[in-house]
Amino acid sequence: MTALLPRRGLAQILALIVILAVDRVVSPQFFDLRLQDGRLFGSLIDVLNRGTPVALLSLGMVLVIATRGIDLSVGAVMAICGAIAASLADSHGLPVVLAAALGAGLVCGLWNGFLVAVLGMQPIVATLILMVAGRGIAQLITEGRIVTFSSPDLVWLGNGSVLGLPVPVVIALGMLILTGAVVRGSALGLLIEATGGNARASELAGVGTRAMILAVYVWCGVCAALAGVIAAADIMGADANNAGLWLELDAILAVVIGGTSLFGGRFSLVLAVLGALIIQTMNTGILLSGYPPEFNLLVKAVVVLAVLLLQSPKFSGFAGIAARLRRTKA
Amino acid sequence: MENSSDPASPLLEVRGISKSFGAVRALQEVDFTLRAGEIHALLGENGAGKSTLIKVVTGVFPRDAGIVRLGGEEVAPRSAKAALGAGIATVYQEVNLLPNLSVAQNLFLDRQPMRFGIVREGEMRRRAKALLADFGLDIDVAAPLGNYSVAIQHVTAIARAVDLSARVLILDEPTASLDRHEVEILFGIMRKLAGRGIGIVFVSHFLDQVYEISNRITVLRNGRLVGERETASLPRLELIRMMLGRELAETTSARASATEHKAREICASFEAYGKAGYVAPFDLELRHGEVVGLAGLLGSGRTETARLVFGAERADRGQARVEGAAVRLQSPRDGVRHGFGYCPEERKTDGIVAELSVRENIVLALQAKRGLHRPLSRREQDEIARRYVKMLDIRPSDPERPVGLLSGGNQQKVLLARWLATSPRLLVLDEPTRGIDVGAHAEIIRLIRELCDNGLSLLVISSELDEIVTYSDRVVVLRDRAHVEELAGGAIDVGNILAAIAADGAATAHEGRA
Repeated sequence: MTALLPRRGLAQILALIVILAVDRVVSPQFFDLRLQDGRLFGSLIDVLNRGTPVALLSLGMVLVIATRGIDLSVGAVMAICGAIAASLADSHGLPVVLAAALGAGLVCGLWNGFLVAVLGMQPIVATLILMVAGRGIAQLITEGRIVTFSSPDLVWLGNGSVLGLPVPVVIALGMLILTGAVVRGSALGLLIEATGGNARASELAGVGTRAMILAVYVWCGVCAALAGVIAAADIMGADANNAGLWLELDAILAVVIGGTSLFGGRFSLVLAVLGALIIQTMNTGILLSGYPPEFNLLVKAVVVLAVLLLQSPKFSGFAGIAARLRRTKA
Repeated sequence: MENSSDPASPLLEVRGISKSFGAVRALQEVDFTLRAGEIHALLGENGAGKSTLIKVVTGVFPRDAGIVRLGGEEVAPRSAKAALGAGIATVYQEVNLLPNLSVAQNLFLDRQPMRFGIVREGEMRRRAKALLADFGLDIDVAAPLGNYSVAIQHVTAIARAVDLSARVLILDEPTASLDRHEVEILFGIMRKLAGRGIGIVFVSHFLDQVYEISNRITVLRNGRLVGERETASLPRLELIRMMLGRELAETTSARASATEHKAREICASFEAYGKAGYVAPFDLELRHGEVVGLAGLLGSGRTETARLVFGAERADRGQARVEGAAVRLQSPRDGVRHGFGYCPEERKTDGIVAELSVRENIVLALQAKRGLHRPLSRREQDEIARRYVKMLDIRPSDPERPVGLLSGGNQQKVLLARWLATSPRLLVLDEPTRGIDVGAHAEIIRLIRELCDNGLSLLVISSELDEIVTYSDRVVVLRDRAHVEELAGGAIDVGNILAAIAADGAATAHEGRA
């Protein structure tokens, strides 16, 4: 049960420290924190807050990727669920709004899971369908407008604070703990890793591989829904065109930076969230430095390359192990 | 055959080839001689080394020792392409062509007729048409290759190989997915090519076809050369003996007499159990403390029987019973729930999860059986792993090592441990000793006996007949996807099993050639 933060997280922690140090150089006030009206402010808090949507997405994505799948639709699911929350916010109470939005995310996850686990479609194609169609659905819900709302409950979800921390950060932390407890507290973690590592063998060992795959897509949908609600609450409105746009790529990136292989198998929730924070720390740093935001994309690309090189068997000290694996395979 | 070879001039000479993969010796000092104009069958059971030999000769794998001479010249191709350049072409069962390109493009891939840097489509099609006409094919060469049957794809691949001036043509299981008529066409082409002096290596496990087409047979077993014979003077029984039997020592069952076992309780039974197009319906009773061996040639329905019994494949007829109660086996999960376990033949693809540790691989089936909500604590997992690592002497003994880094024999033990941890009533072992070294081999056999003495029921598939004879209480013999014979007690010996496997062939004319 102590496998939440394995030793292999060292590279990611070092990367985060290096990026934080660079941020400190470009922006001397980077580590400054101040308490105002019972809430903490500062660049670090900003990183956590802004990083929440991708962190939530990566919690679902890391499980999907561990089964050797991928979910391209999370950005669109964010848009759908944000639109639902925004449309209902001023006429219904928060519990109804949340239930509707999360329920929609669950249905989206079931759809993806059905296509992959039951119909056996390739995950990248199966989830591409909802990635494209989902934005259309979101636009239908908002009737092509940007739906704004003023429900204080929903606004609090995006802008309030608990114990000095922004509510989104608390929610993300709660989801990390919840997901960790479910996945590592039950046998789910082992069975997901086995399914991703070798689905045929796992099935022959009696693992319900289809149920595993269905479950991870459903969870991914729920996480995306929550991210969508928070994103809508943050701007007090739902923009079907731009909510969650391209965030699926950031989520995949976060998972990969977190050391989970796109070929499935071993995964780490904590490191995936750490990956999301690394991405956001870079984003914030570049914004603070005054460089044009276009730089963001280039820097991200360089960091991805660096992480992948570090993980590639030919590049790292794992070369010996990989070579032996290959030999035994032959 | 009318185009009999000139023994004085071997076309392809392979001498003393050895090849190891890690600790597994896939080929040990194998010799092989192909004469010009002959069709030479290369035979052996799974794991005998046929594919490895082909891949070593064609440069796909580097060889550890030995030489290859083509027309008297030593050759050492470094890749399949280099081998092709030297005149050795291989056509695999899965045709290595591009189904989305046209037939003509496939034939002239990499060497299209060009003018001013532009492919001359018309010229290419004309030449493709002429080339295929030579093989008796008249088809639209502009259509994608994938539109045509496997047979035509095969002929296209052969035509391409021959047109690339191949002197040696290796056909690896070319007839596996062809119907009778297509096989005739292919054989016609093979005879024609042999008539032109091309040497053909024919790998197949259809013995009827081997007798029909080949002039000479080379048999491999466990990576060693068993012998080379003239097809016409090799009785079928003798051939099967070469493929299966070890040294034909009259091994008899070391197990107690069958009468004693009649008294044992039935663990699982299958009545008229089968699946259309998979295995003919069979009756099978498995008793506690009993080993039932499944013997037969490759493709005889052994693995298929095992998969049906375990539930990895759904039967469409018959009734399965466990401890007398009727059950439905729809999936591996059902099999596991009823206390069955299955160690598949393909350990790497169907057995181990290479990336996970020995511990995780061992507890996997038990955890799946217990369900999500009853996780084994880390302490319980450690304890189970430690117990089985010790009991089965798994090496290295570190339970946290990724199982992919272990040797084949130790991986097999991990799989055994995985099932033993579930306290099964029936274990199905498909080729449990395949591809593992001699020491581990003996250990696995000792384990099979021990497990059985502890009341476990075992269904074991093996190509090693003397091995089957050693541990089985009963032996079921399969042929052409049907159970044809059941031997028990004193009737279990290698000779009787071979006779049952070959019974079909004994009636045919081939046997008369002996």
